[in-house]
Amino acid sequence: MEDAVVTPSPPALELERVVKSFGPVVALRSGSLTMRRGSIHALVGENGAGKSTLVKIVAGLYRRDSGELRLEGESVDFTSTSQSKAAGIAVIYQEPTLFPDLTVTENIFMGRQPTDRIGRIDRRAMRAEALEIFERLGVAINPDRVVEGLSIADQQLIEIAKAISLDARVMIMDEPTAALSGFEVERLFAVARSLRDEDRALLFISHRFDEVFELCDTVTVMRDGSYIDTLPIDETSVDELVSLMVGRDVTEMYPKLPADVGDVVLEVEGLTRTGVFRDISFSVRAGEIVGLAGLVGAGRSEVARAVFGVDRYEAGSVRLHGRPLPGGNPRLSTARGVALVPEDRRKQGLVLDDGVSRNITLSIRSRLAKWGLLWSGLENEAAKVWASRLEVKTAALDAEAGTLSGGNQQKLVLGKWLATEPKLLIVDEPTRGIDVGTKAEVHRLISTLAQQGIAILMISSELPEVLGMADRVLVMREGSLTAEFSRDEATPENVMRAATVAQEVSR
Amino acid sequence: MSAATSYLKSLGKARELGIVIALLLVIAAATLRNPNFLFSSDGFRDLLLTPSLLLLVAVGQAVVIITRNIDLSVSSVVGLSAYLTGRLFIDVPGIPIVAVILAGAAFGAVLGAINGLLIAFARVPALVITLGTMYIYRGLNVAWAGSSRINASDLPLGFRALGTQQVLGIPVLTIIAVVVLVIVAWYLRNMRGGREFYAIGSDPDAAHLYGLKVTRRIVVAFVLSGALSGLAGVLFAARYGTVSSAAGTGWELQAIGAAVIGGVAIAGGVGTLWGAALGAFLLMTINRALPILGIHDFWSRAVVGVLIIGAIVLDRVLAVRQSRRLVAEREETA
Repeated sequence: MEDAVVTPSPPALELERVVKSFGPVVALRSGSLTMRRGSIHALVGENGAGKSTLVKIVAGLYRRDSGELRLEGESVDFTSTSQSKAAGIAVIYQEPTLFPDLTVTENIFMGRQPTDRIGRIDRRAMRAEALEIFERLGVAINPDRVVEGLSIADQQLIEIAKAISLDARVMIMDEPTAALSGFEVERLFAVARSLRDEDRALLFISHRFDEVFELCDTVTVMRDGSYIDTLPIDETSVDELVSLMVGRDVTEMYPKLPADVGDVVLEVEGLTRTGVFRDISFSVRAGEIVGLAGLVGAGRSEVARAVFGVDRYEAGSVRLHGRPLPGGNPRLSTARGVALVPEDRRKQGLVLDDGVSRNITLSIRSRLAKWGLLWSGLENEAAKVWASRLEVKTAALDAEAGTLSGGNQQKLVLGKWLATEPKLLIVDEPTRGIDVGTKAEVHRLISTLAQQGIAILMISSELPEVLGMADRVLVMREGSLTAEFSRDEATPENVMRAATVAQEVSR
Repeated sequence: MSAATSYLKSLGKARELGIVIALLLVIAAATLRNPNFLFSSDGFRDLLLTPSLLLLVAVGQAVVIITRNIDLSVSSVVGLSAYLTGRLFIDVPGIPIVAVILAGAAFGAVLGAINGLLIAFARVPALVITLGTMYIYRGLNVAWAGSSRINASDLPLGFRALGTQQVLGIPVLTIIAVVVLVIVAWYLRNMRGGREFYAIGSDPDAAHLYGLKVTRRIVVAFVLSGALSGLAGVLFAARYGTVSSAAGTGWELQAIGAAVIGGVAIAGGVGTLWGAALGAFLLMTINRALPILGIHDFWSRAVVGVLIIGAIVLDRVLAVRQSRRLVAEREETA
């Protein structure tokens, strides 16, 4: 930068080519970041770009596999959160982790309360310090009340108060504004600026570019677990950041097969659930793959769950083949030919302790039953068909589902639903946490299903997957549908913009 | 804001006040029926003496419950420690009473430490571990005692006197129990370690993120519960003189009941030891008063059940009201 510093002080926090993987999955390929005192630094990137992993390494929740982590120029290695805390690093998570039953003051000081000679907690001093911090932050929170019942915004302020009482030099805010109202965001920003002016180093992770440009002075972009670039905020633009975030080729991993698009299968109109999503309308035709893109938390899975009938909705309608599908009844939805492959396959999609064949036949039990009983011979026969068709790699049909790899587990869940012969298949993050090879297999499978005339709604946070697979792309942002693109119109920049940037349309 | 604060404080007080009122009502009713319940010297003594042993166990139990755990083995610890007390007096003639008391408490602490370590390191829920050790400890007791029992004549006079002695009209056992209560309650309120019990019970994950030594704290809670149960076992021998291998059976549920009636949340993080102690008093006093009131033994158990459920329902109602009020307060200030 232009003002030359005679003796450059070491950065407050510096990461250099930090690597972290979980088994075969590389979460952080090469994370680099340089935070300086008196600066608010933005960290941006798509979901899965490795931001959270990087934060958790700094926080001491994960240990890095390799690379350098330096604090004030000195190499450090945290093995616990208390170590990073002691070193002056505070992390404020999107969902604060506080003790709901204890008072605000106790929450700020838990584990390091001021004490007198015999170790007795000095409540008066503790309360006075809490009041002083809140005054400095310019916020009115009653220090004597319990945390239970406080808004997320207030809880974040308690986290910040905690960080200040620790005299943290480095503060990391992981998407702090996601759950805040406009007024609360302004208050948080005012606090952040005053902390910056106290010569602390702040890291601000956000998907909202308007906020990044309003608050931060420097921005670092990450993509696919790697550092891409660091830029002064004055010398960049939303367009540049978006292209840096998505700049990669859609590889040959997405074998989209041509399919005949037929009649409308699913019609959703004006679907609304207060605080979760509002006025969602779209349709899916037979043989068509519709991608539902957006950031985590945009409300995509919630819409899918509402359509399927797991969650209720307040307004709007769902029609299947032109006939209304009443909400709140997954059993009926299944009977009418809807299948939902959920986001969290381990929790919502599989009985991990049961065998492969039991899992595949779970959704067609009543059809398989003979005299009201299930016969393992029949189960295995039905399961064998699907296991071979989906190329599930398993030692035996009675192997526990929990022992399979992520990709094969996903195939099981798909198999379970395909066994019901659905007309509409909703898949939520079909390839999350799956290795590259199996990913392509899952993609091919989905494509084949569309070719067979099944209507497919695919939710995915992975942009290349959406762009590579979908005939049409719908984009959600904060509970609303913000854009719809045809396959030709959908570019990474378009979709990313619709998913992140607030519409300029005045409301 | 301060109105809400004082309201919250009054809620806590109201809970304990409610128990005191219930206690007074029970005593008054029983005394009206039979004046000896309160106004004979034995009556007054028993009123204080009977709950004292359960009070000790309930205090330990309350600490464990506050950390979002549970200790079902306390009854068996009481039994083992009571039997150990008798054996010490028989096998080591002339052993000082203080040494026996310390031995009982230390023995209980060891049994509690076994619970705590199993729970902390095997990562198995406390309910399961202590259910297992409850049977194991009781089994050890049966194997050790066989069909023999400790009789009053096996115990030195000085020790047996401990069970009935009074200072200024107050039984010594009650004094011991209340002193223990005051110390532990003070610790829980004023020391970091004490506050951490509440923090861990309120949200174990947050406690980890705060860098609290969760494992160690939980082990300490179980050691404390074991030690207090061990102490209660020694005092059991002093009070009753006769110790069979079934001594203390069923106390675990009474101790949990006392804590719950006293406002200790079964989900952890909330409650005071004073509440648990008052709960123990109420529970034992009701047990004694109902026969006097002419209520059949069967019904007295049902009454205890109603009391426990009533306490939990009351907690629920208060919690809902409180959270509504807190949300309302938030909206006012926002």
